[in-house]
Amino acid sequence: MRKTTDLLEQRITEWRTFLQRRQAIHAADVDELEDHLRDQIGALSEAGLSEDEAFLVAVKRMGDLDSLSQEFAREYSERLWKQLVVSPDSGDSQSGNAKEAIVAIGLAIAAALAIKLPELFGISITGDRADDQFFYLRNFSLFVLPFLAGYFAWRRALDRQSRVWLAVPFVASAVIVNVMPFETGGSTEVLAALHLPIALWLAVGYAYTGGRWRDHNRRMDFIRFSGEWFIYYALIAFGGGVLMGFTIMIFQAIGLDAELLVQTWVLPCGAVGAVLIAAWLVEAKQSVIENMAPVLTRLFTPLFTFVLIVFLLTMFWTGSGINVEREVLIGFDLLLVLVLGLLLYAISARDPQAPPGFFDGLQLVLVVCAILVDGLALWAIAVRISEFGFSPNKVAALGENLVLLVNLGWSAVLYARFLANRSSFGSLERWQTTYLPVYAVWAWIVVALFPILFGFV
Amino acid sequence: MNISKDLVAASAAPLVLAILSEAESYGYAIRKRVGELSGGELEWTDGMLYPVLHRLERNGYVTARWGTSGAGRRRKYYRLTELGTEELESQQRQWRLVDSALRSVWFKRMNLARQEGF
Repeated sequence: MRKTTDLLEQRITEWRTFLQRRQAIHAADVDELEDHLRDQIGALSEAGLSEDEAFLVAVKRMGDLDSLSQEFAREYSERLWKQLVVSPDSGDSQSGNAKEAIVAIGLAIAAALAIKLPELFGISITGDRADDQFFYLRNFSLFVLPFLAGYFAWRRALDRQSRVWLAVPFVASAVIVNVMPFETGGSTEVLAALHLPIALWLAVGYAYTGGRWRDHNRRMDFIRFSGEWFIYYALIAFGGGVLMGFTIMIFQAIGLDAELLVQTWVLPCGAVGAVLIAAWLVEAKQSVIENMAPVLTRLFTPLFTFVLIVFLLTMFWTGSGINVEREVLIGFDLLLVLVLGLLLYAISARDPQAPPGFFDGLQLVLVVCAILVDGLALWAIAVRISEFGFSPNKVAALGENLVLLVNLGWSAVLYARFLANRSSFGSLERWQTTYLPVYAVWAWIVVALFPILFGFV
Repeated sequence: MNISKDLVAASAAPLVLAILSEAESYGYAIRKRVGELSGGELEWTDGMLYPVLHRLERNGYVTARWGTSGAGRRRKYYRLTELGTEELESQQRQWRLVDSALRSVWFKRMNLARQEGF
Protein backbone atom coordinates (compact mmCIF):
# COMPACT_ATOMS: atom_id res chain seq x y z
CA MET A 1 0.00 0.00 0.00
CA ARG A 2 1.24 3.49 -0.78
CA LYS A 3 2.16 5.87 1.92
CA THR A 4 -0.53 8.46 2.41
CA THR A 5 0.44 12.10 2.32
CA ASP A 6 -0.11 14.71 4.96
CA LEU A 7 -2.86 16.36 2.97
CA LEU A 8 -4.85 13.15 2.84
CA GLU A 9 -4.29 12.56 6.54
CA GLN A 10 -5.61 16.02 7.20
CA ARG A 11 -8.71 15.42 5.12
CA ILE A 12 -9.37 12.12 6.85
CA THR A 13 -9.03 13.85 10.22
CA GLU A 14 -11.52 16.49 9.12
CA TRP A 15 -13.92 13.80 7.99
CA ARG A 16 -13.50 12.07 11.36
CA THR A 17 -14.29 15.19 13.37
CA PHE A 18 -17.31 15.75 11.18
CA LEU A 19 -18.54 12.26 11.98
CA GLN A 20 -17.78 12.54 15.65
CA ARG A 21 -20.07 15.49 15.98
CA ARG A 22 -22.98 13.18 15.30
CA GLN A 23 -24.46 12.14 18.56
CA ALA A 24 -25.55 8.71 17.41
CA ILE A 25 -22.10 7.72 16.15
CA HIS A 26 -19.62 6.89 18.87
CA ALA A 27 -15.84 7.12 18.67
CA ALA A 28 -15.44 3.36 18.21
CA ASP A 29 -17.84 3.46 15.27
CA VAL A 30 -15.86 6.30 13.74
CA ASP A 31 -12.71 4.16 14.07
CA GLU A 32 -14.44 1.35 12.25
CA LEU A 33 -15.70 3.62 9.50
CA GLU A 34 -12.28 5.20 9.14
CA ASP A 35 -10.71 1.78 8.68
CA HIS A 36 -13.20 1.16 5.89
CA LEU A 37 -12.51 4.53 4.31
CA ARG A 38 -8.78 3.95 4.30
CA ASP A 39 -9.17 0.50 2.74
CA GLN A 40 -11.39 1.97 0.08
CA ILE A 41 -8.94 4.79 -0.65
CA GLY A 42 -6.11 2.28 -0.86
CA ALA A 43 -8.01 0.08 -3.31
CA LEU A 44 -9.05 3.02 -5.46
CA SER A 45 -5.50 4.41 -5.53
CA GLU A 46 -4.18 1.04 -6.64
CA ALA A 47 -6.77 1.07 -9.40
CA GLY A 48 -5.12 4.24 -10.68
CA LEU A 49 -7.04 7.09 -9.12
CA SER A 50 -5.18 10.03 -7.68
CA GLU A 51 -5.20 10.39 -3.94
CA ASP A 52 -7.64 13.28 -4.16
CA GLU A 53 -10.06 11.43 -6.39
CA ALA A 54 -9.77 8.30 -4.28
CA PHE A 55 -10.69 10.22 -1.16
CA LEU A 56 -13.68 11.86 -2.79
CA VAL A 57 -14.99 8.61 -4.26
CA ALA A 58 -14.47 6.76 -0.99
CA VAL A 59 -16.35 9.41 0.98
CA LYS A 60 -19.13 9.43 -1.59
CA ARG A 61 -19.48 5.66 -1.40
CA MET A 62 -19.65 5.83 2.36
CA GLY A 63 -22.95 7.63 1.89
CA ASP A 64 -24.04 11.05 3.07
CA LEU A 65 -23.56 11.68 6.73
CA ASP A 66 -27.13 12.65 7.50
CA SER A 67 -28.65 9.37 6.39
CA LEU A 68 -25.73 7.47 7.90
CA SER A 69 -26.21 9.06 11.30
CA GLN A 70 -29.94 8.46 10.93
CA GLU A 71 -29.26 4.78 10.39
CA PHE A 72 -27.07 4.71 13.45
CA ALA A 73 -29.69 6.60 15.43
CA ARG A 74 -32.32 4.05 14.43
CA GLU A 75 -30.04 1.27 15.58
CA TYR A 76 -28.98 3.04 18.78
CA SER A 77 -31.94 5.17 19.77
CA GLU A 78 -30.67 5.26 23.35
CA ARG A 79 -27.66 7.27 22.22
CA LEU A 80 -29.89 10.23 21.51
CA TRP A 81 -30.68 10.29 25.21
CA LYS A 82 -27.55 11.53 26.80
CA GLN A 83 -26.58 9.24 29.58
CA LEU A 84 -25.37 10.36 32.95
CA VAL A 85 -21.67 9.66 33.43
CA VAL A 86 -22.33 7.76 36.61
CA SER A 87 -23.35 4.69 34.65
CA PRO A 88 -20.52 2.15 34.93
CA ASP A 89 -19.77 1.62 31.24
CA SER A 90 -19.42 5.20 30.11
CA GLY A 91 -16.08 4.75 28.44
CA ASP A 92 -13.04 6.77 29.32
CA SER A 93 -11.84 8.43 32.54
CA GLN A 94 -13.60 5.77 34.56
CA SER A 95 -11.17 5.69 37.44
CA GLY A 96 -11.56 9.46 37.86
CA ASN A 97 -15.32 9.08 37.99
CA ALA A 98 -15.10 6.27 40.50
CA LYS A 99 -12.86 8.28 42.79
CA GLU A 100 -15.16 11.26 42.45
CA ALA A 101 -18.14 9.11 43.35
CA ILE A 102 -16.42 7.63 46.38
CA VAL A 103 -15.45 11.05 47.72
CA ALA A 104 -18.93 12.49 47.12
CA ILE A 105 -20.74 9.56 48.70
CA GLY A 106 -18.24 9.48 51.55
CA LEU A 107 -18.85 13.16 52.29
CA ALA A 108 -22.60 12.63 52.05
CA ILE A 109 -22.35 9.90 54.68
CA ALA A 110 -20.13 12.12 56.81
CA ALA A 111 -22.73 14.90 56.66
CA ALA A 112 -25.48 12.41 57.53
CA LEU A 113 -23.50 11.30 60.58
CA ALA A 114 -22.73 14.89 61.55
CA ILE A 115 -26.40 15.79 61.75
CA LYS A 116 -26.89 12.91 64.20
CA LEU A 117 -23.85 13.83 66.27
CA PRO A 118 -25.69 16.19 68.68
CA GLU A 119 -27.91 13.26 69.67
CA LEU A 120 -24.91 11.87 71.51
CA PHE A 121 -25.10 14.94 73.71
CA GLY A 122 -28.79 14.49 74.24
CA ILE A 123 -29.95 17.13 71.77
CA SER A 124 -32.78 15.45 69.93
CA ILE A 125 -34.24 16.62 66.63
CA THR A 126 -37.69 15.31 67.41
CA GLY A 127 -37.63 16.01 71.12
CA ASP A 128 -40.18 18.38 72.56
CA ARG A 129 -37.67 20.78 74.08
CA ALA A 130 -37.92 24.00 72.07
CA ASP A 131 -34.26 24.74 72.80
CA ASP A 132 -33.19 21.61 70.96
CA GLN A 133 -35.33 22.31 67.96
CA PHE A 134 -33.97 25.81 67.61
CA PHE A 135 -30.45 24.48 68.01
CA TYR A 136 -31.02 22.39 64.88
CA LEU A 137 -32.73 25.24 63.08
CA ARG A 138 -29.78 27.59 63.72
CA ASN A 139 -27.11 25.04 62.91
CA PHE A 140 -28.70 23.10 60.09
CA SER A 141 -26.53 24.55 57.34
CA LEU A 142 -23.41 24.09 59.47
CA PHE A 143 -23.92 20.34 59.45
CA VAL A 144 -23.85 20.09 55.70
CA LEU A 145 -22.36 23.08 53.88
CA PRO A 146 -18.84 22.63 55.34
CA PHE A 147 -18.80 19.21 53.69
CA LEU A 148 -19.94 20.72 50.41
CA ALA A 149 -17.25 23.38 50.66
CA GLY A 150 -14.77 20.62 51.46
CA TYR A 151 -15.88 18.70 48.39
CA PHE A 152 -15.13 21.67 46.16
CA ALA A 153 -11.91 22.45 47.99
CA TRP A 154 -10.86 18.91 47.11
CA ARG A 155 -12.13 19.03 43.52
CA ARG A 156 -10.59 22.39 42.74
CA ALA A 157 -7.40 21.50 44.65
CA LEU A 158 -7.48 24.69 46.71
CA ASP A 159 -4.12 25.78 48.09
CA ARG A 160 -3.50 25.96 51.80
CA GLN A 161 -4.09 29.68 52.13
CA SER A 162 -7.44 29.53 50.33
CA ARG A 163 -8.49 26.63 52.53
CA VAL A 164 -7.85 28.75 55.59
CA TRP A 165 -9.90 31.59 54.10
CA LEU A 166 -12.65 29.14 53.29
CA ALA A 167 -12.78 27.90 56.87
CA VAL A 168 -13.17 31.40 58.30
CA PRO A 169 -16.88 31.98 57.55
CA PHE A 170 -17.84 28.52 58.79
CA VAL A 171 -15.98 28.83 62.07
CA ALA A 172 -17.13 32.41 62.56
CA SER A 173 -20.80 31.61 61.94
CA ALA A 174 -20.66 28.53 64.16
CA VAL A 175 -19.44 30.75 66.97
CA ILE A 176 -21.91 33.55 66.24
CA VAL A 177 -25.11 31.49 66.13
CA ASN A 178 -24.20 29.42 69.18
CA VAL A 179 -22.65 32.01 71.46
CA MET A 180 -25.16 34.81 71.05
CA PRO A 181 -27.79 34.81 73.80
CA PHE A 182 -30.81 34.44 71.52
CA GLU A 183 -34.21 34.50 73.09
CA THR A 184 -35.50 31.05 72.12
CA GLY A 185 -37.87 31.34 69.20
CA GLY A 186 -37.30 35.09 68.84
CA SER A 187 -37.37 36.83 65.47
CA THR A 188 -33.65 37.47 65.37
CA GLU A 189 -32.93 33.81 65.96
CA VAL A 190 -35.26 32.71 63.18
CA LEU A 191 -33.88 35.37 60.86
CA ALA A 192 -30.31 34.29 61.57
CA ALA A 193 -31.27 30.68 60.93
CA LEU A 194 -32.86 31.60 57.61
CA HIS A 195 -30.01 33.80 56.42
CA LEU A 196 -27.11 31.62 57.48
CA PRO A 197 -27.59 29.13 54.61
CA ILE A 198 -27.48 32.00 52.11
CA ALA A 199 -24.33 33.44 53.67
CA LEU A 200 -22.64 30.05 53.74
CA TRP A 201 -23.83 29.10 50.26
CA LEU A 202 -21.84 32.02 48.93
CA ALA A 203 -18.88 30.81 50.97
CA VAL A 204 -19.31 27.50 49.16
CA GLY A 205 -19.17 29.61 46.01
CA TYR A 206 -15.67 30.69 47.03
CA ALA A 207 -14.64 27.04 47.05
CA TYR A 208 -16.56 26.38 43.83
CA THR A 209 -14.59 29.04 41.99
CA GLY A 210 -11.39 27.48 43.26
CA GLY A 211 -10.57 30.61 45.21
CA ARG A 212 -10.79 32.75 42.08
CA TRP A 213 -14.00 34.41 43.14
CA ARG A 214 -13.14 37.68 41.45
CA ASP A 215 -13.36 36.01 38.05
CA HIS A 216 -16.77 36.88 36.59
CA ASN A 217 -16.96 33.79 34.42
CA ARG A 218 -16.42 31.61 37.48
CA ARG A 219 -19.13 33.48 39.30
CA MET A 220 -21.51 32.86 36.42
CA ASP A 221 -20.57 29.18 36.57
CA PHE A 222 -21.48 29.18 40.23
CA ILE A 223 -24.86 30.72 39.42
CA ARG A 224 -25.43 28.00 36.83
CA PHE A 225 -24.33 25.39 39.33
CA SER A 226 -26.71 26.72 41.98
CA GLY A 227 -29.70 26.52 39.64
CA GLU A 228 -28.93 23.01 38.50
CA TRP A 229 -28.19 21.95 42.06
CA PHE A 230 -31.56 23.25 43.17
CA ILE A 231 -33.35 21.25 40.47
CA TYR A 232 -31.44 18.08 41.30
CA TYR A 233 -32.08 18.56 44.96
CA ALA A 234 -35.79 19.01 44.37
CA LEU A 235 -35.89 15.83 42.29
CA ILE A 236 -33.97 13.86 44.91
CA ALA A 237 -36.22 15.26 47.63
CA PHE A 238 -39.25 14.16 45.68
CA GLY A 239 -37.82 10.66 45.30
CA GLY A 240 -36.90 10.63 48.98
CA GLY A 241 -40.46 11.60 49.90
CA VAL A 242 -41.81 8.68 47.91
CA LEU A 243 -39.28 6.36 49.57
CA MET A 244 -40.26 7.52 53.06
CA GLY A 245 -43.96 7.26 52.30
CA PHE A 246 -43.57 3.67 51.15
CA THR A 247 -41.34 2.80 54.09
CA ILE A 248 -43.97 3.96 56.55
CA MET A 249 -46.76 2.27 54.62
CA ILE A 250 -45.18 -1.18 54.25
CA PHE A 251 -44.08 -1.31 57.87
CA GLN A 252 -47.54 -0.28 58.93
CA ALA A 253 -48.83 -3.25 56.97
CA ILE A 254 -46.96 -5.60 59.33
CA GLY A 255 -48.04 -3.64 62.36
CA LEU A 256 -44.84 -1.68 62.98
CA ASP A 257 -44.72 2.07 63.24
CA ALA A 258 -41.73 3.29 61.29
CA GLU A 259 -42.69 6.94 61.38
CA LEU A 260 -40.38 7.86 64.24
CA LEU A 261 -37.47 6.05 62.65
CA VAL A 262 -38.10 7.85 59.36
CA GLN A 263 -38.33 11.21 61.10
CA THR A 264 -35.24 10.84 63.23
CA TRP A 265 -32.96 9.06 60.77
CA VAL A 266 -34.08 8.87 57.15
CA LEU A 267 -35.34 12.44 56.82
CA PRO A 268 -32.47 14.43 58.40
CA CYS A 269 -29.71 12.17 57.10
CA GLY A 270 -31.24 12.06 53.65
CA ALA A 271 -31.78 15.80 53.54
CA VAL A 272 -28.14 16.62 54.27
CA GLY A 273 -26.70 13.75 52.25
CA ALA A 274 -28.72 14.78 49.22
CA VAL A 275 -27.04 18.21 49.25
CA LEU A 276 -23.73 16.56 48.42
CA ILE A 277 -25.15 13.99 46.06
CA ALA A 278 -26.95 16.70 44.09
CA ALA A 279 -23.75 18.76 43.88
CA TRP A 280 -21.79 15.76 42.70
CA LEU A 281 -24.40 14.92 40.05
CA VAL A 282 -24.36 18.47 38.73
CA GLU A 283 -20.56 18.37 38.54
CA ALA A 284 -20.56 14.96 36.88
CA LYS A 285 -23.15 15.70 34.26
CA GLN A 286 -22.50 19.33 33.45
CA SER A 287 -20.89 18.55 30.12
CA VAL A 288 -23.22 15.67 29.33
CA ILE A 289 -26.76 16.91 29.71
CA GLU A 290 -28.30 20.18 28.76
CA ASN A 291 -28.90 22.45 31.73
CA MET A 292 -32.43 22.32 33.04
CA ALA A 293 -32.70 25.75 34.68
CA PRO A 294 -32.64 27.72 31.41
CA VAL A 295 -35.25 25.42 29.93
CA LEU A 296 -37.60 26.07 32.85
CA THR A 297 -36.82 29.77 32.53
CA ARG A 298 -37.91 29.80 28.91
CA LEU A 299 -41.08 28.03 29.90
CA PHE A 300 -42.05 30.23 32.81
CA THR A 301 -40.87 33.70 31.80
CA PRO A 302 -43.84 34.24 29.42
CA LEU A 303 -46.26 32.80 31.96
CA PHE A 304 -45.11 34.98 34.85
CA THR A 305 -45.00 38.04 32.61
CA PHE A 306 -48.59 37.36 31.59
CA VAL A 307 -49.76 36.91 35.19
CA LEU A 308 -48.05 40.11 36.35
CA ILE A 309 -49.48 42.16 33.50
CA VAL A 310 -52.98 40.85 34.19
CA PHE A 311 -52.48 41.58 37.90
CA LEU A 312 -51.41 45.16 37.23
CA LEU A 313 -54.28 45.74 34.83
CA THR A 314 -56.77 44.32 37.32
CA MET A 315 -55.45 46.53 40.09
CA PHE A 316 -55.62 49.54 37.84
CA TRP A 317 -59.13 48.63 36.63
CA THR A 318 -60.71 47.83 39.95
CA GLY A 319 -58.73 50.43 41.88
CA SER A 320 -58.12 48.03 44.74
CA GLY A 321 -54.93 48.51 46.71
CA ILE A 322 -52.65 45.82 48.07
CA ASN A 323 -53.96 44.45 51.30
CA VAL A 324 -51.20 44.69 53.85
CA GLU A 325 -51.08 41.51 55.84
CA ARG A 326 -48.25 40.26 57.97
CA GLU A 327 -46.89 37.93 55.31
CA VAL A 328 -47.31 40.23 52.35
CA LEU A 329 -43.84 41.74 52.37
CA ILE A 330 -42.17 38.32 52.49
CA GLY A 331 -44.42 37.26 49.63
CA PHE A 332 -43.28 40.15 47.49
CA ASP A 333 -39.66 39.47 48.39
CA LEU A 334 -40.14 35.97 47.11
CA LEU A 335 -41.72 37.32 43.93
CA LEU A 336 -38.62 39.43 43.34
CA VAL A 337 -36.37 36.46 44.05
CA LEU A 338 -38.31 34.47 41.51
CA VAL A 339 -38.10 37.16 38.86
CA LEU A 340 -34.41 37.57 39.60
CA GLY A 341 -34.01 33.80 39.22
CA LEU A 342 -35.78 33.85 35.87
CA LEU A 343 -33.55 36.72 34.81
CA LEU A 344 -30.35 35.07 36.03
CA TYR A 345 -30.96 31.75 34.33
CA ALA A 346 -32.05 33.39 31.13
CA ILE A 347 -28.79 35.33 31.21
CA SER A 348 -26.70 32.32 32.16
CA ALA A 349 -27.78 30.37 29.09
CA ARG A 350 -27.79 33.20 26.58
CA ASP A 351 -25.14 33.64 23.96
CA PRO A 352 -23.80 37.13 24.78
CA GLN A 353 -22.99 37.74 21.13
CA ALA A 354 -26.53 37.15 19.87
CA PRO A 355 -28.50 40.26 18.86
CA PRO A 356 -31.55 41.31 20.92
CA GLY A 357 -34.56 39.11 20.28
CA PHE A 358 -38.19 38.73 21.26
CA PHE A 359 -37.35 36.85 24.42
CA ASP A 360 -35.13 39.70 25.62
CA GLY A 361 -38.01 42.11 25.23
CA LEU A 362 -40.22 39.77 27.19
CA GLN A 363 -37.63 39.54 29.92
CA LEU A 364 -37.53 43.32 30.21
CA VAL A 365 -41.33 43.47 30.42
CA LEU A 366 -41.22 40.88 33.20
CA VAL A 367 -38.63 42.82 35.18
CA VAL A 368 -40.47 46.12 34.77
CA CYS A 369 -43.78 44.55 35.81
CA ALA A 370 -42.16 42.99 38.88
CA ILE A 371 -40.68 46.35 39.87
CA LEU A 372 -44.06 48.06 39.46
CA VAL A 373 -45.89 45.45 41.51
CA ASP A 374 -43.22 45.57 44.16
CA GLY A 375 -43.28 49.35 44.23
CA LEU A 376 -47.01 49.31 44.94
CA ALA A 377 -46.52 46.78 47.72
CA LEU A 378 -43.68 48.78 49.22
CA TRP A 379 -45.85 51.90 49.25
CA ALA A 380 -48.55 50.10 51.19
CA ILE A 381 -46.05 48.63 53.63
CA ALA A 382 -44.17 51.88 54.21
CA VAL A 383 -47.43 53.45 55.38
CA ARG A 384 -47.93 50.62 57.80
CA ILE A 385 -44.40 50.71 59.17
CA SER A 386 -44.64 54.43 59.83
CA GLU A 387 -47.68 53.67 61.96
CA PHE A 388 -46.38 50.69 63.89
CA GLY A 389 -42.61 51.14 63.98
CA PHE A 390 -39.81 48.75 63.16
CA SER A 391 -39.37 45.13 64.04
CA PRO A 392 -36.49 42.83 63.04
CA ASN A 393 -38.75 40.98 60.62
CA LYS A 394 -39.88 44.14 58.88
CA VAL A 395 -36.38 45.54 58.60
CA ALA A 396 -35.06 42.27 57.22
CA ALA A 397 -37.87 42.02 54.69
CA LEU A 398 -37.46 45.66 53.70
CA GLY A 399 -33.71 45.28 53.36
CA GLU A 400 -34.12 42.25 51.14
CA ASN A 401 -36.63 44.10 49.06
CA LEU A 402 -34.21 46.95 48.63
CA VAL A 403 -31.32 44.66 47.70
CA LEU A 404 -33.41 42.92 45.06
CA LEU A 405 -35.02 46.10 43.81
CA VAL A 406 -31.67 47.76 43.20
CA ASN A 407 -30.52 44.74 41.25
CA LEU A 408 -33.67 44.50 39.14
CA GLY A 409 -33.89 48.25 38.61
CA TRP A 410 -30.41 48.51 37.19
CA SER A 411 -30.94 45.27 35.25
CA ALA A 412 -33.97 46.85 33.62
CA VAL A 413 -31.91 49.89 32.63
CA LEU A 414 -29.15 47.69 31.21
CA TYR A 415 -31.68 45.52 29.40
CA ALA A 416 -33.33 48.54 27.85
CA ARG A 417 -29.96 49.85 26.71
CA PHE A 418 -29.12 46.48 25.26
CA LEU A 419 -32.42 46.34 23.37
CA ALA A 420 -31.75 49.80 22.03
CA ASN A 421 -28.35 48.53 20.86
CA ARG A 422 -26.62 51.02 23.10
CA SER A 423 -24.70 48.52 25.17
CA SER A 424 -23.67 44.89 25.01
CA PHE A 425 -25.32 41.98 26.74
CA GLY A 426 -22.07 41.36 28.55
CA SER A 427 -22.62 44.41 30.75
CA LEU A 428 -25.87 42.92 32.06
CA GLU A 429 -24.13 39.64 32.76
CA ARG A 430 -21.35 41.47 34.51
CA TRP A 431 -23.80 43.47 36.62
CA GLN A 432 -25.31 40.25 37.92
CA THR A 433 -21.99 38.66 38.76
CA THR A 434 -20.72 41.89 40.32
CA TYR A 435 -23.80 42.03 42.51
CA LEU A 436 -23.34 38.56 44.04
CA PRO A 437 -21.29 39.72 47.07
CA VAL A 438 -24.11 42.13 48.00
CA TYR A 439 -26.34 39.16 48.86
CA ALA A 440 -23.56 37.74 51.02
CA VAL A 441 -23.01 41.03 52.80
CA TRP A 442 -26.72 41.43 53.52
CA ALA A 443 -27.06 37.84 54.74
CA TRP A 444 -24.09 38.31 57.08
CA ILE A 445 -25.58 41.54 58.41
CA VAL A 446 -28.81 39.75 59.29
CA VAL A 447 -26.94 36.82 60.85
CA ALA A 448 -24.35 38.74 62.83
CA LEU A 449 -25.59 42.31 63.40
CA PHE A 450 -29.38 42.01 63.69
CA PRO A 451 -29.32 40.07 66.98
CA ILE A 452 -27.10 42.75 68.52
CA LEU A 453 -29.07 45.65 67.04
CA PHE A 454 -32.42 44.32 68.18
CA GLY A 455 -31.31 42.90 71.50
CA PHE A 456 -31.65 39.17 70.63
CA VAL A 457 -35.44 39.25 70.71
CA MET B 1 -30.44 -3.45 -13.12
CA ASN B 2 -31.55 -1.43 -10.14
CA ILE B 3 -32.57 -3.43 -7.11
CA SER B 4 -35.22 -1.69 -5.05
CA LYS B 5 -34.26 -0.11 -1.75
CA ASP B 6 -36.61 -2.35 0.21
CA LEU B 7 -35.13 -5.48 -1.26
CA VAL B 8 -31.60 -4.24 -0.56
CA ALA B 9 -32.54 -3.57 3.04
CA ALA B 10 -34.27 -6.92 3.45
CA SER B 11 -31.43 -8.90 1.95
CA ALA B 12 -28.65 -7.14 3.85
CA ALA B 13 -28.82 -9.20 7.03
CA PRO B 14 -29.00 -12.65 5.38
CA LEU B 15 -26.23 -11.71 2.97
CA VAL B 16 -23.93 -10.55 5.78
CA LEU B 17 -24.72 -13.67 7.80
CA ALA B 18 -23.99 -15.87 4.82
CA ILE B 19 -20.68 -14.13 4.13
CA LEU B 20 -19.66 -14.44 7.76
CA SER B 21 -20.55 -18.15 7.71
CA GLU B 22 -17.62 -18.55 5.28
CA ALA B 23 -15.09 -16.99 7.67
CA GLU B 24 -14.48 -14.26 10.20
CA SER B 25 -14.31 -10.93 8.41
CA TYR B 26 -14.43 -7.15 8.72
CA GLY B 27 -16.48 -4.33 7.23
CA TYR B 28 -14.57 -3.46 4.10
CA ALA B 29 -14.00 -7.11 3.15
CA ILE B 30 -17.68 -7.93 3.67
CA ARG B 31 -18.65 -5.00 1.51
CA LYS B 32 -16.25 -6.15 -1.20
CA ARG B 33 -17.61 -9.70 -1.04
CA VAL B 34 -21.16 -8.40 -1.49
CA GLY B 35 -19.98 -6.64 -4.62
CA GLU B 36 -18.36 -9.82 -5.97
CA LEU B 37 -21.34 -12.01 -5.18
CA SER B 38 -23.82 -9.76 -6.92
CA GLY B 39 -21.55 -8.94 -9.82
CA GLY B 40 -21.59 -5.34 -8.66
CA GLU B 41 -25.35 -5.10 -9.08
CA LEU B 42 -26.28 -4.86 -5.42
CA GLU B 43 -25.56 -1.22 -4.68
CA TRP B 44 -25.04 -0.42 -1.06
CA THR B 45 -23.74 2.79 0.32
CA ASP B 46 -20.78 1.56 2.31
CA GLY B 47 -21.71 3.21 5.56
CA MET B 48 -25.03 1.39 5.77
CA LEU B 49 -23.27 -1.90 6.31
CA TYR B 50 -22.22 -0.90 9.82
CA PRO B 51 -25.60 -0.32 11.42
CA VAL B 52 -26.57 -3.73 10.00
CA LEU B 53 -23.49 -5.38 11.51
CA HIS B 54 -24.11 -3.71 14.83
CA ARG B 55 -27.72 -4.84 14.88
CA LEU B 56 -26.63 -8.41 14.22
CA GLU B 57 -24.11 -8.06 17.03
CA ARG B 58 -26.74 -6.75 19.40
CA ASN B 59 -29.06 -9.64 18.54
CA GLY B 60 -26.23 -12.03 19.31
CA TYR B 61 -25.94 -13.40 15.77
CA VAL B 62 -22.34 -12.25 15.45
CA THR B 63 -19.62 -11.37 17.91
CA ALA B 64 -17.06 -8.68 17.32
CA ARG B 65 -13.50 -8.19 18.46
CA TRP B 66 -10.99 -5.43 17.85
CA GLY B 67 -7.83 -6.57 16.08
CA THR B 68 -5.23 -4.92 13.92
CA SER B 69 -5.09 -4.75 10.15
CA GLY B 70 -1.99 -5.52 8.08
CA ALA B 71 -1.18 -1.80 8.11
CA GLY B 72 -1.40 -1.73 11.89
CA ARG B 73 -4.75 0.03 12.17
CA ARG B 74 -7.46 -0.86 14.62
CA ARG B 75 -9.96 -3.09 12.88
CA LYS B 76 -13.19 -4.67 14.08
CA TYR B 77 -13.65 -8.31 13.11
CA TYR B 78 -16.99 -10.08 13.11
CA ARG B 79 -17.66 -13.79 13.54
CA LEU B 80 -20.87 -15.80 13.27
CA THR B 81 -22.19 -17.27 16.52
CA GLU B 82 -24.22 -20.43 16.98
CA LEU B 83 -27.33 -18.31 17.27
CA GLY B 84 -26.28 -16.60 14.04
CA THR B 85 -25.97 -19.94 12.28
CA GLU B 86 -29.51 -20.81 13.34
CA GLU B 87 -30.72 -17.43 12.19
CA LEU B 88 -28.99 -17.93 8.85
CA GLU B 89 -30.72 -21.30 8.40
CA SER B 90 -34.07 -19.78 9.27
CA GLN B 91 -33.44 -16.95 6.80
CA GLN B 92 -32.50 -19.48 4.12
CA ARG B 93 -35.79 -21.31 4.61
CA GLN B 94 -37.73 -18.06 4.41
CA TRP B 95 -36.00 -16.86 1.27
CA ARG B 96 -36.40 -20.29 -0.38
CA LEU B 97 -40.09 -20.21 0.37
CA VAL B 98 -40.48 -16.74 -1.11
CA ASP B 99 -38.36 -17.79 -4.04
CA SER B 100 -40.36 -20.93 -4.77
CA ALA B 101 -43.66 -19.10 -4.39
CA LEU B 102 -42.56 -16.49 -6.89
CA ARG B 103 -41.18 -19.10 -9.25
CA SER B 104 -44.30 -21.20 -9.24
CA VAL B 105 -46.60 -18.28 -9.95
CA TRP B 106 -44.28 -16.88 -12.62
CA PHE B 107 -43.77 -20.23 -14.36
CA LYS B 108 -47.46 -21.00 -14.29
CA ARG B 109 -48.10 -17.73 -16.05
CA MET B 110 -45.32 -18.40 -18.52
CA ASN B 111 -46.77 -21.85 -19.26
CA LEU B 112 -50.23 -20.37 -19.74
CA ALA B 113 -48.82 -17.75 -22.03
CA ARG B 114 -47.05 -20.41 -24.03
CA GLN B 115 -50.22 -22.46 -24.36
CA GLU B 116 -52.08 -19.45 -25.67
CA GLY B 117 -49.58 -19.30 -28.45
CA PHE B 118 -47.29 -16.45 -27.58
